[in-house]
Amino acid sequence: MADVSIRNVTKQFGKSEVIHGISCDIRDGEFIVILGPSGCGKSTLLRMIAGLEQISSGEVVIDGRVVNRLEPAERDIAMVFQNYALYPHMTVYRNMAYGLKMRRMPKDEIDQRVRNAARILELSALLDRKPRQLSGGQRQRVAMGRCIVREPKVFLFDEPLSNLDAKLRVQMRLEIRKLHEDLKITSVYVTHDQVEAMTLGDRLVVMDNGYAAQTGSPLEVYERPANMFVAGFIGSPAMNFMEVTVQEGGQALKLPGDIQIPLNGSALPGWAGKKAILGIRPEHMELDSKGPRTILFTVGQVELLGADTLVHGHIGAGQVPMTVRLPDVHRFEKHATIRLSISQEKLHLFDPETKKRIV
Amino acid sequence: MMVEHRPVLTFVTHATLILGALVLAFPIYVTFVASTHTLEVVTKSFPLLPGSHLVENYLRALTVGPRDVGATVGTMMLNSLIMALGITFGKISISLLAAFAIVYFRFRLRIVFFWMIFITLMLPVEVRILPTYKVAADLKLLNSYPGLIFPLIASATATFLFRQFFMTVPDELCEAHRIDGGGPMRFFFDILLPMSRTSIAALFVILFIYGWNQYLWPLLITSDQQYYTLLIGIKRMLDVGEGQAEWQIIMASTILAMLPPVLVVIFMQKQFVRGMTETEK
Ligand SMILES: Nc1ncnc2c1ncn2[C@@H]1O[C@H](COP(=O)(O)OP(=O)(O)OP(=O)(O)O)[C@@H](O)[C@H]1O
Ligand SMILES: [Mg+2]
Repeated sequence: MADVSIRNVTKQFGKSEVIHGISCDIRDGEFIVILGPSGCGKSTLLRMIAGLEQISSGEVVIDGRVVNRLEPAERDIAMVFQNYALYPHMTVYRNMAYGLKMRRMPKDEIDQRVRNAARILELSALLDRKPRQLSGGQRQRVAMGRCIVREPKVFLFDEPLSNLDAKLRVQMRLEIRKLHEDLKITSVYVTHDQVEAMTLGDRLVVMDNGYAAQTGSPLEVYERPANMFVAGFIGSPAMNFMEVTVQEGGQALKLPGDIQIPLNGSALPGWAGKKAILGIRPEHMELDSKGPRTILFTVGQVELLGADTLVHGHIGAGQVPMTVRLPDVHRFEKHATIRLSISQEKLHLFDPETKKRIV
Repeated sequence: MMVEHRPVLTFVTHATLILGALVLAFPIYVTFVASTHTLEVVTKSFPLLPGSHLVENYLRALTVGPRDVGATVGTMMLNSLIMALGITFGKISISLLAAFAIVYFRFRLRIVFFWMIFITLMLPVEVRILPTYKVAADLKLLNSYPGLIFPLIASATATFLFRQFFMTVPDELCEAHRIDGGGPMRFFFDILLPMSRTSIAALFVILFIYGWNQYLWPLLITSDQQYYTLLIGIKRMLDVGEGQAEWQIIMASTILAMLPPVLVVIFMQKQFVRGMTETEK
């Protein structure tokens, strides 16, 4: 168990820089999820922590020790790979025992640890099998077992569930969470799946193109996204964005199509008369014609999801596309107009220049 | 696979195959028959049925040896075996290591080395035979086992084969091994080698037969009968000038020369087929 500090770490491949200085302090026993779209540098960052990639500049500190120059084996970390990377010719038992054997641990202690891990992961009956005789989920568990037996300071996961089918993914997600609660080992988990990120992480690091766009608890990131990238990336369907003008005095917003919404209490004096970007999540609008902040919405495509209804359409005489998520089943005619009300706390305003959050 | 029941077709295909097998097997059968008769019978007639001198002929070949050669077939078989196994194991270990270096290490001029190895594919023993002989002579390797083995021990083909195989091994395996705390040679012996098992078995069969059937090189560098390989020996048995070649002994030696490759193929058939068709991953 240990805390991990990432200090201004960058990575260059040849001339191109793919990580532009990321810092993050991970507390002992914390579960950090690195989330971001494909190619944003998540794996690269994780591999620098693991020691599989050189760190171009900056420091990685594990348990108070700068590990930049240490081999992966000396960093006391364990890693689960996306393709599991099990040794194909070894049995499950030997796969788990191998790392311990390399560390010259006595045989009976190895045996005890492997059997213990197998029990936790429900692999006891499969110890004599080869990886190719296992299902995807079982292989995944062996890969985790190989990490557990080592009792490392840090667990690293690189998209460990992305090769599993949807149902198994949900199950393994819960198991990983449970395992973490039992073992309390500092973990860094890379994924591009936001549901995994929201459910597993104590904190998220949302990455955008080699930068850490925001670090915070899952709810913080969802409720107060630091910029438009995070706002658009977290949440499904994605947040609706539209250009608005802040009214004189900063007391109200003028939406496209001459819709006004008052800003009760939280005036924006500095922004009077200027343009801003308004963000509203699809799930934060209600069918309501009387509230203080209502807008007219023209229905386009309707998707019935059973529990919810997704309505795609537009506001403001067709200028601004928008998606709304309404609980329950609703059947709307195409081109019908409905009134939606927006609640004050659920509005997000961003600076159109810097894309950063205003309030 | 086509599953059809057309009796005529089945008959024709089987007949063709059986005929083909007979045509191929006939010379071997004749050789075997000839090795079981006395010299008199063999030279005067063309026997088609086995005779009664099998044990006598083979024993003489193995223990006494034919006239004028100066080494028993037993000795020569042993020499052949040492050479074939030496070449086989040498080629396999060297090409495994070379492929390992090329695939897993980033050293300077890596590509140059790769192409150097690759280009030697185009230079069979026969092309480089004079310089090789000179080198072997200068190193005092004539008439010795190392001399029989070493010049034939590098194999671009096998190196290339293992390189292709190693490149299909996922990088994560090597990385997982690094995290597990093993060094490069451990990775080679604990992970790569067992994973290459089937390819090694297939190569073993091919290379053993290649080594066993070496002719030109042993012919050049052995002048001492004690280092003759069996194939050279058989050739020498025929060089009798005015005299009468001992056909029954020559035929027995031929059958004996065929035996080890056949045994290797029979015993390693399963691994061989597996090595050619699948890789363990
Ligand atoms: N060895 C390398 N050499 C050069 N560029 C690389 C190398 N490895 C990664 N990159 C580049 O670095 C960037 C980040 O890659 P990385 O694998 O970290 O992305 P990722 O966020 O893990 O994506 P994914 O979700 O698809 O796995 C990519 O643009 C990629 O092309
Ligand atoms: Mg990745």
